[in-house]
Amino acid sequence: MYDGSKILAGLIVFLALVTFPFWNNFGAKEWKQPELKLPPKEVATQCIESKEYMREQHMKILDDWRDQVVREGKRIYIAKRDHKEYQMSLQNTCMKCHDDKEKFCDKCHTTASVSPYCWDCHIAPKAKGN
Amino acid sequence: MQKTRRTFLKYAGVSVLGLAAMPAVKAAASYVPHQVHEKPDPRELHAKRWAMVIDTRRLNSDEDMKPLIDACHKEHNVPKIDGPQEVKWLWTDTMHAVFPEQSGEFQHAELEHKNFLLLCNHCYNPPCVRVCPTKATFKLQNGITMMDMHRCIGCRFCMAACPYGARSFNFKNPRPFLDEAAQNPEYPTRMRGVVEKCTFCSERLEKGQKPACVEASKGALLFGDLADPNSEVRKALKENYSIVRKPGLGTQPSVYYII
Ligand code: HEC
Ligand code: HEC
Ligand code: HEC
Repeated sequence: MYDGSKILAGLIVFLALVTFPFWNNFGAKEWKQPELKLPPKEVATQCIESKEYMREQHMKILDDWRDQVVREGKRIYIAKRDHKEYQMSLQNTCMKCHDDKEKFCDKCHTTASVSPYCWDCHIAPKAKGN
Repeated sequence: MQKTRRTFLKYAGVSVLGLAAMPAVKAAASYVPHQVHEKPDPRELHAKRWAMVIDTRRLNSDEDMKPLIDACHKEHNVPKIDGPQEVKWLWTDTMHAVFPEQSGEFQHAELEHKNFLLLCNHCYNPPCVRVCPTKATFKLQNGITMMDMHRCIGCRFCMAACPYGARSFNFKNPRPFLDEAAQNPEYPTRMRGVVEKCTFCSERLEKGQKPACVEASKGALLFGDLADPNSEVRKALKENYSIVRKPGLGTQPSVYYII
């Protein structure tokens, strides 16, 4: 006697548990690009670099900026795209255009499950609706 | 090809010539167009070793010193916390606390009961920098002992190393202790678990401004380059008797006190 029926039942329960995430997600809504509140046209029509570059590289840009500013004493960024000059500053550059953190940075970060700790120190501006 | 001494010497000669030409090649390379994406602000003030001279004869009462402290703490969003968890960049203390080695049993009555202005000494030979395990505190080219808040892990070795008590630890979130209306939105706050101190206003120097306390001092604080014999600070030191804090420790402070 090998308890065949018990083993079979066990296997079925095991398979059901292992594949549960797939069952559970059946019919769930697909991921959507969050809708971001972009700065109005009179404030700015473009970002520092191209939109695609910013999407992919903004964390790297910010990381470079803080080292350049704090450790190298360089405060001016020259854009790769049009050689325009910007102060390398999170509070005084990014957030001057993107001044509604909740409807811009946070919205994207929440959907992507990232929570940068920068705001423990850096002061987010009061939203003016940009 | 046969390797004779003659060919060996020829090749050796050519190699030495090549080495000698290196600087020229490097100089030429720097003229080849390339794109740099970060540069210093052209307004930046330059020095080899920034230093401060405090004319204590002109800073006698708390009313003389409070505006300077307020200017600094407002500029840098320094929280107001009383007691042992205090956070301070610029503060005052008594003669015996500030110059323990220089004061005998009996003192000039006026000095004995006077407070002195204190800040990070931006030592030439800073013990805090030697002990920092993450290089969160380090020397800038211009002599400033800088804090990189992004790297600070809050181990507090630097606080133990600093003989001047110039560093403060954030035991708790400093935000509730800041008046929100009076916050400087251009400068970050700090968070729980990092160490902070005076940075000689490196963010102002890099934009061409003197430090906030110097600007508020109406000439009682002088600021300049200790490495330049013609600078304002060197002139003041030449003409007046001055002392530094705890010179025996060999830290070589860059903050001088004219007594
Ligand atoms: C001059 C104003 C301005 C500044 C400064 C600025 N942005 Fe932008 N940013 C914009 C505009 C306008 C857009 C929309 C661009 C578009 O739609 O082509 C944008 C787009 C973006 C996007 C892409 C959004 C998307 O639709 O996916 C990101 C991410 C971003 N910015 C981050 C930053 C960060 C981080 C900084 C600071 C390093 C910064 N921005 C500084 C104006 C600015
Ligand atoms: C288009 C969506 C999007 C927008 C808009 C956006 N971010 Fe991000 N951000 C991301 C994603 C996704 C990551 C995570 C990337 C990763 O982990 O590799 C990220 C990561 C970061 C990080 C690094 C976090 C970490 O823990 O390393 C920082 C800092 C950051 N974002 C700042 C900002 C700021 C400031 C803004 C607003 C000006 C902003 N982001 C707007 C999508 C966005
Ligand atoms: C412990 C506090 C703290 C945290 C956390 C922090 N910063 Fe900073 N940051 C500072 C301080 C202080 C400065 C110095 C400001 C100056 O010198 O102008 C600074 C400077 C910077 C600068 C350059 C100057 C400026 O005005 O913005 C950038 C860019 C920056 N930080 C980005 C970030 C990013 C991105 C994060 C999150 C991943 C972050 N910081 C987290 C305290 C902090």
